[in-house]
Amino acid sequence: MSHQKLNLTLKVWRQINAESRGTFEEYKVAVSPDSSFLEMLDDINNELERKNLEPITFESDCREGICGTCGLVINGQPHGPIPRIATCQLHMRNFKEGDTIYIEPFRAKAFPIIKDLMVDRSAMDRIMEAGGFISVNTGSVPDGNAIPIPKDIASESMDAASCIGCGACVAACKNASAMLFVSAKVSQFALLPQGQPERYRRVESMVKVMDEYGFGSCSNTYACEAECPKGISIKNIARMNRDYFMAKLKTENLEA
Amino acid sequence: MGWLFKALNSSIGKKFVMALTGVCLILFLVIHLINNLTLYFGPETFNTVVKNLDGIKPLIRVIEVILGLIFILHIFNGVRLWIENKIARGTGYTIKGSSKNADIFSRTMILSGSIIFIFLVIHLRTFWMSFNFDHTLKESHRYYEAVVSAFQDPVYSSFYLFAMILLGFHLNHGFQSAFQTFGWNHKKYFPFIEKFGMVYAWGTALLFASIPIYFYFYGGK
Repeated sequence: MSHQKLNLTLKVWRQINAESRGTFEEYKVAVSPDSSFLEMLDDINNELERKNLEPITFESDCREGICGTCGLVINGQPHGPIPRIATCQLHMRNFKEGDTIYIEPFRAKAFPIIKDLMVDRSAMDRIMEAGGFISVNTGSVPDGNAIPIPKDIASESMDAASCIGCGACVAACKNASAMLFVSAKVSQFALLPQGQPERYRRVESMVKVMDEYGFGSCSNTYACEAECPKGISIKNIARMNRDYFMAKLKTENLEA
Repeated sequence: MGWLFKALNSSIGKKFVMALTGVCLILFLVIHLINNLTLYFGPETFNTVVKNLDGIKPLIRVIEVILGLIFILHIFNGVRLWIENKIARGTGYTIKGSSKNADIFSRTMILSGSIIFIFLVIHLRTFWMSFNFDHTLKESHRYYEAVVSAFQDPVYSSFYLFAMILLGFHLNHGFQSAFQTFGWNHKKYFPFIEKFGMVYAWGTALLFASIPIYFYFYGGK
């Protein structure tokens, strides 16, 4: 803990509301290398409030990388330069003395900026509402192993389910495509027996809502996989595509 | 058939059209390349090949129309996706991190595709038009000599070369990308598809490019 403080120049995106034009504002900070990225922003905000200035708006909740609330684009990379972590898990020791750090909000037409670094990601909630669930009658806890599921399949489903819905895939994609997120949510059910009854209806509905919100298409650049804090695999996108084609061939739905 | 139209115009459907037409064009390039490589066997072989193709012209015309439609679908959907995807991003980032998380081939598909399109137009003008509609050329059957003289132009030859390098870029991403879009990403087969696609892309590009280089420097002698 005896490290010297790092002197950094931050260029933070400030935007009063959705309609206004934003701009970068510069902040010079001396920060401990042991500080987390969000703690550094907290410090700046304390300072700003002391001076009676408007603090920087950014989102965070659990601050241990499991809730998916935080999400900043740091020097062009969602969740910063270190792979497989969320912004809250990024520490200042990963930066060098004298660095200039650009902090931008997630940018996508489907994620309108609310204020500063905070964006409205409710489009992802609407996609979940369209099919990111299974319909079962609730009752008492089912017997363990009543439905046999091989370990590798269970693990694959769990890997897909580890998506925290942060939206970094959308932010990283040059097309602002939400395919990695949607495919993870499609896959976590598609792999398990409980997900089968609604399998094809689910993928049709979720893709339909995804398209309605104006997310882009997938160019297979795999930037999403590289930036995903949970390392969600693009194999899920392939699975979603397969299921989507099958849905189109099999279901009697003429609308979606 | 409204459902099919809707499906093919969804985000996944448009990519499916790109992938399917792309694979068709990949197969076309193989046939085109085999034909081109007969240039290396000398004037007699090449002129005979072109003459034989001329003999089955009605069939060739049908294939050309289908090929034209495939090209149009591929280009139309590619441009449409590019525009829609630009709109989906909205305001771009000040600092672009894309070089850190995606390779250059996948990020430049519209650019490589556009230049290949310009090349295609010029290419059709120089070779396809004259091979099909130039009466003096068709009577003399001196196709080989026409190719040789076209490649004596350093500007044309170097543009050809440049376009072929970009074709390599385009195919290098396009090949494996098509299979990913079809959903054929499998632990066992996908690494092979990626490697095969790379070999195909650069092999095709280099073999096509070798022709202008050879004829420019050796003039077919």
